[in-house]
Amino acid sequence: MPLPRESVLTPAPRPASQRPPLHLAVALDGAGWHPAAWREPDARPADLLSAGYWADVIAEAERGLLDFVTIEDGLSLQSSERRGPDQRTNQVRGRLDATLIAARVAPLTAGIGLIPTVTVTHTEPFHISKAIATLDWVSSGRAGVRVKVSARRDEAAHFGRRALPAGPELMDDLFAEAADYVEVIRRLWDSWEDDAEIRDVATGRFVDTRKLHYIDFAGRWFSVKGPSITPRPPQGQPVVAALAHRDVAYQLAGRSADVVFVTPRDSASARDIVGQVRAAQASAGRAGQTVHLFGDLMVYLDLDADRAAQRKARLDDRAGQPYASDALTFTGTPAQLADLIQDWQQAGLAGCRLRPATIPHDLAQISRALVPDLQRRAAFREKYRSHTLRGLLGLPRPANRYASIAVPEEAARS
Amino acid sequence: MTKPVKQVHLAAHFPGVNNTTVWSDPRAGSHIEFGSFAHFARTAERAKFDFLFLAEGLRLREQNGEIYDLDVVGRPDTFTILAALAAVTDKLGLAGTINSTFNEPYEVARQFASLDHLSGGRAAWNVVTSWDAFTGENFRRGGFLPQDQRYDRARTFLATAFELFDSWRGDQIVADAASGVFLRDAGPGRFAHADRHFDIAGQFDVPRSPQGGPVIFQAGDSDEGREFAAAEADAIFSRHSTLAAGQAFYADVKGRLGNYGRSPDELKILPAATFVLASTDAEARELAHEVRLQQVSPATAIAFAEQVWNRDLSAYDPDGPLPDIDPDPGENTTARGRASVRMYRDPIATARDWRAKAEAGNLSLRELIIGVTARQSFIGSPAAVAATINDYVQADASDGFILVPHITPGGLDEFADTVVPLLQERGVFRTEYSGSTLREHLGLPRRAARARAGGTS
Repeated sequence: MPLPRESVLTPAPRPASQRPPLHLAVALDGAGWHPAAWREPDARPADLLSAGYWADVIAEAERGLLDFVTIEDGLSLQSSERRGPDQRTNQVRGRLDATLIAARVAPLTAGIGLIPTVTVTHTEPFHISKAIATLDWVSSGRAGVRVKVSARRDEAAHFGRRALPAGPELMDDLFAEAADYVEVIRRLWDSWEDDAEIRDVATGRFVDTRKLHYIDFAGRWFSVKGPSITPRPPQGQPVVAALAHRDVAYQLAGRSADVVFVTPRDSASARDIVGQVRAAQASAGRAGQTVHLFGDLMVYLDLDADRAAQRKARLDDRAGQPYASDALTFTGTPAQLADLIQDWQQAGLAGCRLRPATIPHDLAQISRALVPDLQRRAAFREKYRSHTLRGLLGLPRPANRYASIAVPEEAARS
Repeated sequence: MTKPVKQVHLAAHFPGVNNTTVWSDPRAGSHIEFGSFAHFARTAERAKFDFLFLAEGLRLREQNGEIYDLDVVGRPDTFTILAALAAVTDKLGLAGTINSTFNEPYEVARQFASLDHLSGGRAAWNVVTSWDAFTGENFRRGGFLPQDQRYDRARTFLATAFELFDSWRGDQIVADAASGVFLRDAGPGRFAHADRHFDIAGQFDVPRSPQGGPVIFQAGDSDEGREFAAAEADAIFSRHSTLAAGQAFYADVKGRLGNYGRSPDELKILPAATFVLASTDAEARELAHEVRLQQVSPATAIAFAEQVWNRDLSAYDPDGPLPDIDPDPGENTTARGRASVRMYRDPIATARDWRAKAEAGNLSLRELIIGVTARQSFIGSPAAVAATINDYVQADASDGFILVPHITPGGLDEFADTVVPLLQERGVFRTEYSGSTLREHLGLPRRAARARAGGTS
């Protein structure tokens, strides 16, 4: 059980102008996170496989000036079981590749970050690196990727290339492989220096090959030579995110991520988790780097708190059982949620990633009620002040690890 | 009996990473920024083209142990860029090359099914297979595939992918909020496939897409490639430069379709072609020569010769005679990751042939390379080019062309503005899209779920 820290470690409330900026994101999954969400009167269950649905939903999130959306994905049909398929016919089943949804919506948006989920256990780091780099190109610098491991046997059988061993070391191995994977995609993003393309008509050379780099990664699970076929994307390094519930995942976050989604139960546990992630960062030699923690919250929002509770009860009733989330469930008004988010921010989180129970209702409550409430408190941005996701998150554009001459961060593309 | 007038099919190849693309021209724009792709796609759609095509290569090419730097280098991820282009076009087909060696069917099937959904039925897949260990160095499995298994792998990959596409019938999603029935029955997407390449089973997670799966393209020219296309493909990319060669290829491939219970209309033959336009034919010929000089710079001429000679020829003068030494026999270690090298199956004979041509025409090395590497090209006034394209199609040398502009991204604009209206006036090219899917643009029948092949249950 997480121990509350000494009160002396709790930062005193500061005036708005001195508070670090609050960051907000929304996690998108089908018709919303509640299994009965698709049956709500305003839901669009027949449109979940259409571009128009995702364009509308992400436009709504962008209306709320959110930092980014994440898009859930996996390499199997959705299931209420953690370990394999179910035989349900009363929940949303079937989905689209999250990276391609993000790419489809990128040209239609201008401010919001796009973070699709990618399973790293069965996919090729070379392909995913160029896919996310390309997402960054098509969104002019608003791409990220949430990496996820798969311990499911049914997903392994979809690829038929490896047997996942049973045993306690499996999760450790999967997360170690994920760390190697992120190392490879990051090296590939850096495998082209920003000014590698020279178009020198006099010598006939299109690129300066001294600025293209083999990454020569050799690890336990794969070797990748490089360089990428895709030039370094606008952000240099798109944002890498991971969801973490426990130590092995905190270690991955500390070593590899820019953004980590965590599931505190209250501000004390939030503080404890921050400590664990910071320790993991330090042991990975990244103590000085910004890693943002977002607290995940499952949200049922209405201007009247009773209504939100009634809605949750109705959804649970329709589903046949209460929905059990790995994240804390919040039921109440946008103003009450704003209080909770600010409380968690005080505990050291950068902000929250909200999982709307239903779409569009709870999403619109976020973009049209929660955000204006936070803006009235001078706690959230009034407009997008950066065109890149790293910019929104206050992350510098990183220097290229292979650059022979260090480029100052200010020299980054605007 | 008069033959019915055929409709021409046109597609646009986004300029690639080879010397056809003239990056040194002052009009040449970015090859990676989305604005270039959007411009190109919008032009193709404005001209009512059937589709846009994007090639792929999974390792940067090398020559003499160095990354090859004379052509455009760098390109986007195929699926990601096509999905983004679906947002800036409404009707244009979106075709891309995806390798069947360095991918797995489950992942590729979900990407193509997703692309087909997100584009409203406009996805197409050019199935290629590599076997080289050089490319394999970028992937988990490395270079695992023997060369002689490449079509076997491609065929099996495709069949497996279609088992996944067909694992959803298309009527299973009910999504009836009142009754709470989302799926008509439990377990859609079930599949099981076992053969010597793939042993996979489970449940596919992308419901049936508008076209039932992507349109299938194939580019091989060998006997095995033609047979593969006759059995599996909806369109074939060829590279036959004369009318007679085109007609022979056309007749050969169309003649094979009957063996697979298919009619000749079910496979379109679309050669790739470059073009140079000017107000008169004479001006166009002059301009075309300038373009060839840009495409084959002195350094490029040496590089091409090295690919045949399989040795460093940097000491030779591109404006002088061909090397008097013979090519280095054996595996080509000079140029790597370049498909064209495989065309020179007998380098010593190729060198002998080139020397004879150069001596006969009194050509320098560079002039020789300009001649022997020329591709199908339409050179002339818009009226002449429109007439030639139509002639080729009506004479059954092709069903249309995949046009390869040499300037990014504006190289298609002039063709769209000048040649397309003339084809439309002749009544051989659409003035509006009549359908919304790529299959409809190509006049292909609706794809029914394939019969389950052997090796499946």
